[in-house]
Amino acid sequence: MVWNSLLLALREIRRNVMRSLLTMLGIVIGVAAVIAMVTIGGGATAQVSADIEKLGSNMLVIRIGQHRGPGGSSASAGPFDAKDVLAISRQTPNLAAIAPSASSSGTVIFGNQNWSTTVTGTDNGFFKVRDWPLETGRQFTENELRSGKAVCILGATVRKKFFGTQDPTGSKMRIEKIPCQIIGVLASKGQSGFGTDQDDLALIPLRTFQRRIAGNQDIGIIQVSVEKGASTEKAAGDIAGLLRERRRIPATQEDDFHIADMKEIAETLTGTTRVLTALLGAVAAVSLLVGGIGIMNIMLVSVTERTREIGIRLAVGALEREVLLQFLIEAVVLSSIGGVMGIALALSASAILVRILQVPFILNTGIIALSFVFSAAVGVVFGYLPARQAARLDPIEALRHE
Amino acid sequence: MNEQLPQPVEPAAQVPLIELSGITKTYGYGQSALHALRDVDLRIEEGDFMAVMGPSGSGKSTCMNVLGGLDTPTSGSYRFKGVEVGGLSRDQRARLRRHYLGFVFQGFNLLKRTSALENVELPLIYRKLPAATRREMALKALETVGLKGWERHTPGELSGGQQQRVAIARAIVTEPAVLLADEPTGNLDSARSREIMELLCEFNRNRGITIVMVTHEPDMARYAGRTVRFMDGVIQSQD
Repeated sequence: MVWNSLLLALREIRRNVMRSLLTMLGIVIGVAAVIAMVTIGGGATAQVSADIEKLGSNMLVIRIGQHRGPGGSSASAGPFDAKDVLAISRQTPNLAAIAPSASSSGTVIFGNQNWSTTVTGTDNGFFKVRDWPLETGRQFTENELRSGKAVCILGATVRKKFFGTQDPTGSKMRIEKIPCQIIGVLASKGQSGFGTDQDDLALIPLRTFQRRIAGNQDIGIIQVSVEKGASTEKAAGDIAGLLRERRRIPATQEDDFHIADMKEIAETLTGTTRVLTALLGAVAAVSLLVGGIGIMNIMLVSVTERTREIGIRLAVGALEREVLLQFLIEAVVLSSIGGVMGIALALSASAILVRILQVPFILNTGIIALSFVFSAAVGVVFGYLPARQAARLDPIEALRHE
Repeated sequence: MNEQLPQPVEPAAQVPLIELSGITKTYGYGQSALHALRDVDLRIEEGDFMAVMGPSGSGKSTCMNVLGGLDTPTSGSYRFKGVEVGGLSRDQRARLRRHYLGFVFQGFNLLKRTSALENVELPLIYRKLPAATRREMALKALETVGLKGWERHTPGELSGGQQQRVAIARAIVTEPAVLLADEPTGNLDSARSREIMELLCEFNRNRGITIVMVTHEPDMARYAGRTVRFMDGVIQSQD
């Protein structure tokens, strides 16, 4: 019976190719939209987490925050210094690396060109914390760091700006007023998850920065990476306790510094894109519903058109449920074919869109299977009413119908 | 064969094939009620060929619908092979039609854009027969009505007489006990009508199929062994 109904349904669809296609269109678009949204959303999520991975997901960033005094007035809290860095590195368990740094924007000059970039004074811990290798050249030497030599390591963007693809090591350029020797180039990291160009920077030894650019001993940011497998939360807690003690913050007062856990940020960001994907998918799912209503509409028309056929079937002994099954299967076949076409459309559309949006193409077989099942279910739900109407026809009336 | 049909209360041989007693069918209520059938008694024996005549609105079509289990009487008893049909559900009546009855209509009532073969196969589908058997039986039925070679044609490509032959093939392919024909020659010219009547006579004589046929034309009624005349919902005469 089911097999016969299936053949019959296919024949009925073939008879009204144009109408069937238009009926399916709602489902096709619905399924395609859902799958495309989820595929692209999945790609975006993967992209974001990959970007954050690049920043270093086991990393903590410690910054100076706002100090809230009594009466609500706020003033910038005092900066960190070299002793804080030393204390953190000695007293925090499971630290993989630590990098103090101080930054400001500055102009880099080479020949008659200049470029405004971020100048960061730091030490060799920076490369380890940020998991950021050099493309060419070398890191700072102990001597350069200790005595604050005028040497620099360029980010890929700055290098490209002045030297194109040429190797700049050994050349001299000016950073603000300091004539520096270029000793290395950082590997390119590309855009961060926040959309900023991470490669637009120049590194100099921390001491050089403090003495010759900032003119003080301040350390603005301490970046710390935690050993693999160790908890970043635990490390953040340890460091916060240590810093509170060192900065003599009473228990009643909030921290006057801020520790950002990159893992937390990563989770927040991927969580956001995931929610966004779900939202877009849900919106797209509404069009599936609309497609279902289209199927119901056409099936109702079909039942009216084929009233006499139903009468004949009932007269030769078809049971109510056999007529019901026939029309239900027809609706399910319509919506399932729509579903398959939608899947095909979604895959080709996503393949093109991910290229335009530059996110990875991640095939989510789960959502494809789900969409197909859902489109078939749409056929059952929206085909039921017309099918029941057909099955309940009075055979005498139906046979008289013109 | 007898799936879910209640068993006859008496041995089949002793009861008439069809027995209507006190059948009344009323449409509507009160003052505006229309009495299509009033207290109709009718016996049809196995092997009968009965013509049902009468003017329009005399109740003969309603009677046919009741006989075919398509309509239920308001009151009275309809026994088919001793089984009370009035007490059957819609699905049980569908099974009665499926296994014991064949229909031929004035307007042929074939499925459009469907080949003669598939039209004849239709009742066999609901008997759950395998495709090969269905095909074989349908081909044979079409051959009996003289349509060998026309199996692939759709109703639109066939003449009226041919279409009615397809309809007859569809009715007899299940080898029914009773063939109910509602003005089978109403849409045909006299030559075509005679051919159809001869075909029906042959099925009645050679296969023992009981035939109940509604007709307006006395010429056609003459083929039948018995004639029942309806007038205003009652049987006026029968012989």
